[in-house]
Amino acid sequence: MIRGGFARGNGQAATARTAAGPALRTVGVSRRYGEEAGAVWAVDRLDLDVPAGQTLAVTGPSGCGKSTLLQLLGGLDRPTEGEVWLGGRRIDGLGERALARLRRRAVGFVFQAYHLMHELSAAQNVELPALLAGASPRTARARAAELLDRVGLADRARHLPSELSGGQRQRVAVARALVNEPLVVLADEPTGNLDSAATYDILRLFGELRAAGQTLVVVTHDERVAATADRVVSLRDGALADDIRLDGHGTGLAGEGSDDGSGRPGPGHDDGGGSGLGAMLAWED
Amino acid sequence: MQDVVLALLVKEPSHGYELRQRLAAALGPLGESLNAGQVYVTLTRLEKAGLVVAEREDVPVRGPRRKVYALTAAGQERVAAWMAEGAGPRPDVTEFHLKLVAAAESGAADPLALVDARRRELMRTLAETQRAALDHGAHARAGLLLEGISLRLQADLRWLEACERTWSGRARRGEGGGAG
Ligand SMILES: Nc1ncnc2c1ncn2[C@@H]1O[C@H](COP(=O)(O)OP(=O)(O)O)[C@@H](O)[C@H]1O
Ligand SMILES: [Mg+2]
Repeated sequence: MIRGGFARGNGQAATARTAAGPALRTVGVSRRYGEEAGAVWAVDRLDLDVPAGQTLAVTGPSGCGKSTLLQLLGGLDRPTEGEVWLGGRRIDGLGERALARLRRRAVGFVFQAYHLMHELSAAQNVELPALLAGASPRTARARAAELLDRVGLADRARHLPSELSGGQRQRVAVARALVNEPLVVLADEPTGNLDSAATYDILRLFGELRAAGQTLVVVTHDERVAATADRVVSLRDGALADDIRLDGHGTGLAGEGSDDGSGRPGPGHDDGGGSGLGAMLAWED
Repeated sequence: MQDVVLALLVKEPSHGYELRQRLAAALGPLGESLNAGQVYVTLTRLEKAGLVVAEREDVPVRGPRRKVYALTAAGQERVAAWMAEGAGPRPDVTEFHLKLVAAAESGAADPLALVDARRRELMRTLAETQRAALDHGAHARAGLLLEGISLRLQADLRWLEACERTWSGRARRGEGGGAG
């Protein structure tokens, strides 16, 4: 999946830090799979800014490039064209080792299939990335215990993944993603294997992360998950098709409504317009 | 709403105020958008239609004698009929579908733009529903209402995906096909 040796002339120079800016940014980013006639542009000239603290949902039909985009954002894959910035740093030209180090420290991944280590306990799974990032065993243990408590699994710390339900496994995976206090958490269909109750557990957890100001990008085709984000972007054929704000109001696209572009209320604030939920109560006589 | 108000009177006659309280409790967070006037207007109409009768309380607990509403035989029948009938097709689906067709045929609007606008609307309502569900999770009955609303919105959103596929496919073929 990770391709080495991308010769980029300006790679090094472009890793300069900027003082402030979005947690994530792509500039004209594209990713092509295959060559010539068989080539597929999984992501096609995509520009995206994710401000720090934003919860962004990425939706769209199967094959539209969601997972590819997420891998580009997290440095698991490199673009064919364009730039990827993480925390004010350009990452698409980084060498393999620098990228691996960056991923460990700055990115927390959550996958649909959990990707836990079968032979390690819940606590050990959470500790592992901390140890790999250089934390002392004591510190790693303490952080894992605290995070497992936060995700409601303090009493399951010694269990193996095989002894946990799907929802519990995914909560362990979320705890693991958080153990190095990453700049961004990237989740690919995190509720794809979960039933309704377990989905709500994850949504509650994401709600807490959102309240704590954690930048979070969630790829999902579950409308309920998308609806709890601050913002929803839809992809079509690797490009942005729509950009919906759910925190304040308005969309990222021009020409939508008079409410667009005005000062936004803070995140989580009810929009000033008529309540859609209220309208579900169609009182007629 | 007439049907709901009637159904709430099946068990026993009730004051308008009490009816509103029961409705608000059953609606949970949605009940906030319910104003007193709506219940009284509905009751007045039901009274005119002969579905309920209103009588003054004989012995007020306190304050003035309030009206107590009771079902008539016709009201009983109407509740029974309502209970027996299905919800029927959602009229807004039909209306929206016809709107897309008309938009495309008249060229008055881009069907895909209508789909996007509708999706934004639905996503915002779903966002409110999900937030309310996460906040009110403990109240089982209101939570059940929110779950029902959420599922319908999800169904509408999935249906919009189908609309999008259909209308974007036509647009593309139309473009590719040249003049015609
Ligand atoms: N490793 C790969 N090799 C070749 N094609 C790929 C690979 N990964 C994804 N693709 C193709 O790229 C497109 C986007 O895939 P993906 O990002 O997985 O979409 P999504 O996550 O939205 O379903 C699809 O057409 C898919 O077949
Ligand atoms: Mg995918």
